[in-house]
Amino acid sequence: MKLPTLREIGTEAKLLLIGIPVLIWTMVPIYHMFLFAISPKEDAFSGKLWPTHPTLNNFSIVFHQQHYFLRDFWIQFFNSVVIALSAGALTLMIATAAAFSISRLRVPGGRWVMNLALFTYFIPAAFLAVPMYRTMGNYGLLNNHWSLILAMVTIASPYAIWVLKQASDKLPVELDEAATMDGATTLQLFRLVYVPLMMPSLVAIGTYAILLAWNEYLYAFLLLSKDTEITLPVALGNFLAADDSPWELLMTTGFIYALPPAAIYYAFKRYMVGGLTAGAVKS
Amino acid sequence: MAITLSGDHALASPPLSARLTTPQVWGIVLLAPYLLVFLAFVVYPVGYGLWLARHPASYVALWHDPIFARAAVNTLIFLLIGINIKMAIALFLSGFFAQQRTWIKWLSVLFILPWAVPSIPTILSVRFMFNPEWGVINQLIFKFTGEDGPNWLNDPAVALSMAIGVHIWKSLPFWTLILMTGRLAISHDLYEAAEVDGASWSQKFRYITWPSMQTLYVTCTLLSMIWTLGDFNSVYLLTGGGPADLTHVLATLGIRYLRLDQLSLAMASIVCALPFVLPLVYFMMKRLSR
Repeated sequence: MKLPTLREIGTEAKLLLIGIPVLIWTMVPIYHMFLFAISPKEDAFSGKLWPTHPTLNNFSIVFHQQHYFLRDFWIQFFNSVVIALSAGALTLMIATAAAFSISRLRVPGGRWVMNLALFTYFIPAAFLAVPMYRTMGNYGLLNNHWSLILAMVTIASPYAIWVLKQASDKLPVELDEAATMDGATTLQLFRLVYVPLMMPSLVAIGTYAILLAWNEYLYAFLLLSKDTEITLPVALGNFLAADDSPWELLMTTGFIYALPPAAIYYAFKRYMVGGLTAGAVKS
Repeated sequence: MAITLSGDHALASPPLSARLTTPQVWGIVLLAPYLLVFLAFVVYPVGYGLWLARHPASYVALWHDPIFARAAVNTLIFLLIGINIKMAIALFLSGFFAQQRTWIKWLSVLFILPWAVPSIPTILSVRFMFNPEWGVINQLIFKFTGEDGPNWLNDPAVALSMAIGVHIWKSLPFWTLILMTGRLAISHDLYEAAEVDGASWSQKFRYITWPSMQTLYVTCTLLSMIWTLGDFNSVYLLTGGGPADLTHVLATLGIRYLRLDQLSLAMASIVCALPFVLPLVYFMMKRLSR
């Protein structure tokens, strides 16, 4: 084994000097949440960095809905799942069709639609929320899951179309020509050539839209209000309204709620980082 | 398509159906769902909102609402100070994470977590850490000094800085990742040549890294500004706009008016941000739609 030189040790020490604060800064709020989730109530408020008697009891309380704040936990969890999956599927369908149309079929006005989509992408989310809340009321969709699904599709589609168009522009045009020569119709071209080739980008975009909808708080909080209709983040926000919030249960529920996106992110990391950062900013 | 040059109607264009090829018809059909979503949930709401904000009286009312002035100033602090700090740290850390080390790779896996997990549980976790009575921060202060810690979120300046901190915590990973992609695209030969010439760390940054990343950095900063204007969570979940409505930003103020059923004020407060947003959007569209 080669011994490291003094200079190498110095570089490593400097890197550690950056790395350790970065680790602490990143993990403290997440660790704090986790600590509460595994602490019995009396330990949670003692300022200890590790509970004397770690327990999974909080999880059991949440899963068995043994607190009046958690009466509808499973319904709310299910609402979150349904809304995230629907928004993901719908975004994927709408955006793939649009990207195919603009990039491969070169539909007249396609460029114009791209710019419109890009414009939506740049409207600050909280700004669009105000008129959209009122509009959903006009459409009679308030307190209906469709309002949140459609809002999420509206917000996710522009970016989705944009990333998918960038990716599909890279596919060689000869593929389309060859398929057409072999007598493929436009829909066959879409189904049998385009979609299979675009799979990695589609996975990235689908994951992006699902995470966006799962994590959304503001729109969910504005558009849904009935206890059995709301999603998990809204339920978590409602904990705050009470004076005697059971914080250890709030943190446990929050931890359960944060797990799926983290798991999905790591499962699809390979696709997401490539697909999303490439599309996010073109230098 | 056959175009006849004889007869009186030679210059009249053929009907639309004859001018479009089958793929083009399919193109329109496949584009239609997005256009419908865009019309129903962007064009109509925005138009309707602007129509609601048409009365000058709303702007006069806003002007006389001290909360609005405060929110506007807070938004500017957020944009000018918060974002520049965030982007500077992201630029610095992008260099750190670009280093080839196994432990740095593992750290980057954890570093992405704030961005990947939802805001609400983590921001509430921060909020609880700073709770004056039961929060872990004041517990530790008490343990070591024997005195009660400050009521963190009770001072508007402290509360606003903490909201900026939460915003940085949440979005730093994303921008670091983007800037790192930019850094990795710089040719390694340049650094090797500089190394041979005996360039120092700061010279390498000044003459190689920064010139190659300048445009990307500016684009990211502007895009981050637009998104930060729409960041409702960092302020709302940490301070709720308090104490005494002194930490609102335009994003939370608009929603506050909405919750108070003052829709025209809500829209007017957003319209007031348009002179800042539109040039940013114009610039971004010009850069990205090339």
